[in-house]
Amino acid sequence: MSQAVLADTETAPGARMDLLRFATAGSVDDGKSTLIGRLLYDTKTIFADQLEAVEAASASRGDEYTNLALLTDGLRAEREQGITIDVAYRYFATPRRKFIIADTPGHIQYTRNMVTGASTADLALILVDARKGLVEQSRRHAFLTSLLRVPHLVLCINKMDLVDWDKAVYDKIADEFTSFAAKLEITDLTIIPVSALNGDNIASRSENSPWYDGPSLLHHLEHVHIASDRNLVDVRFPVQYVIRPQSTTVTDYRGYAGQVASGVLKPGDEVLVLPSGMTSTIAAIDTADGPVDEAFPPMSVTVRLNDEIDISRGDLICRPHNAPAVAQDIEAMVCWMDETAPLRVGGKYAIKHTTRTARTVVRGLQYRLDVNTLHRDEQAGQLQLNEIGRVRLRTTVPLLADEYRRNRTTGGFILIDESTNRTVAAGMIIEAQ
Amino acid sequence: MSQTKPYRVSHLDALEAESIFVMREVMAEFERPVLLFSGGKDSIVMLRLAEKAFAPARIPFPVMHVDTGHNFAEVLEYRDSRVATLGLNLVVASVQEAIDTGLVRELPDGTRNRIQTPVLLAAVEKYRFDALFGGARRDEEKARAKERMFSFRDEFGQWDPKNQRPELWGLYNGKHHPGESIRVFPLSNWTELDIWHYIAKEQVPLPSIYYAHDREVVERNGMFYAVNEFIKLRDGETSEVRKVRYRTVGDASQTAAVLSEADTVDKVIDEVAATRITERGATRGDDKVSEAAMEDRKREGYF
Repeated sequence: MSQAVLADTETAPGARMDLLRFATAGSVDDGKSTLIGRLLYDTKTIFADQLEAVEAASASRGDEYTNLALLTDGLRAEREQGITIDVAYRYFATPRRKFIIADTPGHIQYTRNMVTGASTADLALILVDARKGLVEQSRRHAFLTSLLRVPHLVLCINKMDLVDWDKAVYDKIADEFTSFAAKLEITDLTIIPVSALNGDNIASRSENSPWYDGPSLLHHLEHVHIASDRNLVDVRFPVQYVIRPQSTTVTDYRGYAGQVASGVLKPGDEVLVLPSGMTSTIAAIDTADGPVDEAFPPMSVTVRLNDEIDISRGDLICRPHNAPAVAQDIEAMVCWMDETAPLRVGGKYAIKHTTRTARTVVRGLQYRLDVNTLHRDEQAGQLQLNEIGRVRLRTTVPLLADEYRRNRTTGGFILIDESTNRTVAAGMIIEAQ
Repeated sequence: MSQTKPYRVSHLDALEAESIFVMREVMAEFERPVLLFSGGKDSIVMLRLAEKAFAPARIPFPVMHVDTGHNFAEVLEYRDSRVATLGLNLVVASVQEAIDTGLVRELPDGTRNRIQTPVLLAAVEKYRFDALFGGARRDEEKARAKERMFSFRDEFGQWDPKNQRPELWGLYNGKHHPGESIRVFPLSNWTELDIWHYIAKEQVPLPSIYYAHDREVVERNGMFYAVNEFIKLRDGETSEVRKVRYRTVGDASQTAAVLSEADTVDKVIDEVAATRITERGATRGDDKVSEAAMEDRKREGYF
């Protein structure tokens, strides 16, 4: 660790920061764990006892340098095999932001982990090895980022020290990736040359890349503008739980508890309740700290209405002129996540969409998508583990659904195998009617 | 739509909203949830979140304390007063009782961390709890970093880290067969510092041992243990009175204090922000046993 340059601590992380969630992806040897270890180390998130443990473990493995990857690979099998098996969550903070990292393994068999990590991410970070350039996996990860509609993408071209910080190497990879990304719906792309091992362009700009005039990785993570990523236009409030105190002190209270999926709710607003189609107005928006003037994502609140309407879990509160589809026929992209059985046409599953659970049957599989070439195989009869395809579903009760591209909360769903209870697929709605 | 309003929420508000969402999901989807309450700061914060999630109604589930019998008096007192104030039903799963009835056997070294697990599992079976809220955080320990928000446990209470359900968006899969259960960790995304900032913001009262006080302690392996009925001086050891506080509260025979002058919540926050040792590393003898001590305990059904 002798080469490490510690970032200035400035002031300690405080009580008022905002929150950025990001997912990292890379191939086994791209140095992803080292990069995360470096971010944690340079933001002083790694503690002395953790570092001691890692140093001891590195020494006993005969590693030449302190293997920061050992910080993130926590399971016995991972340490033994030197691979990352499962999504691991990491935390660090700077005075500006708290960060949650979903660290996802890169090997081919773990696409489902990348999809899982990306589902809640504001930003995806993809690593490539400067010596190898883009590989099949880099393209797959970029595709999954766009499929899951992660709003920001960062490509770190790592191990630049091993190509003597050659600008031409950076340019070639950057050009190739940019043209690939143009085919996908990626709105915000930033490309940074780094050496995770030595800390170049991680916490601060490196002197080794005078030709690079962009931000360091940490600076970018701290400053990337995420406030406007939220949908504040379409009011969507899935009812989670009805609060009705059985008490002598609080009488006649009936509140609809939930987390605002999108839009801004205010007392007095006219609302439409689905699927019943009844309308009312918002009487109050309560929290345990008292009523609030407005509620927006990601607030968890309790909404009270001025009319007595029958509303239960799984219903949705929206505005009369801006409502989601009330739909039993769903077109969606799904990523199959079960290794024990494939998705097949005619298969029946439980479907969980917002706070509503129903049953569904797979009516058709239009195509299976090759995530490396984006080729569509229309002859495919099923989807195996980690395969992605476009399906047509019919549900037993209507879902209150939006297109995923417009709303990640009311556009996403999971399928559950009803006999094993395993979560077998992630779905993103293309069209609902 | 107004362009000027930022509609910002702080990270603490975002974490609170997520935890409340998770607790409401459990209440809506499970028959018999229970909240594991030890009187430690994380379970205290979790209880506060439960209060907020269901207000103005009462917390709609009981709390359970897995009581090793090795307790700090201040913590038991706190537990009982909190339960009374909130009007909660308290279930105590007693390790001592389990030793007396032969369910578990006292270990030669007298530690009871490991033998808590069968006691917990027996209580789950007896009361048919199907969801157990635990206050574990992913930043605590590397095996916990791989834990789900909804963690499936088979009929033996076991965790299988290689066979976890993927968790997408906020869509938690709590489905299980009779006898199986789900451990739910609403504080998964909180760090130690977040917990303390929240305690300050919410003005949550804590057992007094979390703040600096004078205590008779003995130094072992660089850690400071209180000298009391559970920890007796060994030959050659001497005790001294030092100013200490507890960073974590676990089994009194295995939890060490740290030297500290922090006697208010703000001073604790400053101290936590500046510390270079993890809370478990500083205070838990039980985690130092091996690289995978926590993973092994969790596989057996530990929290």
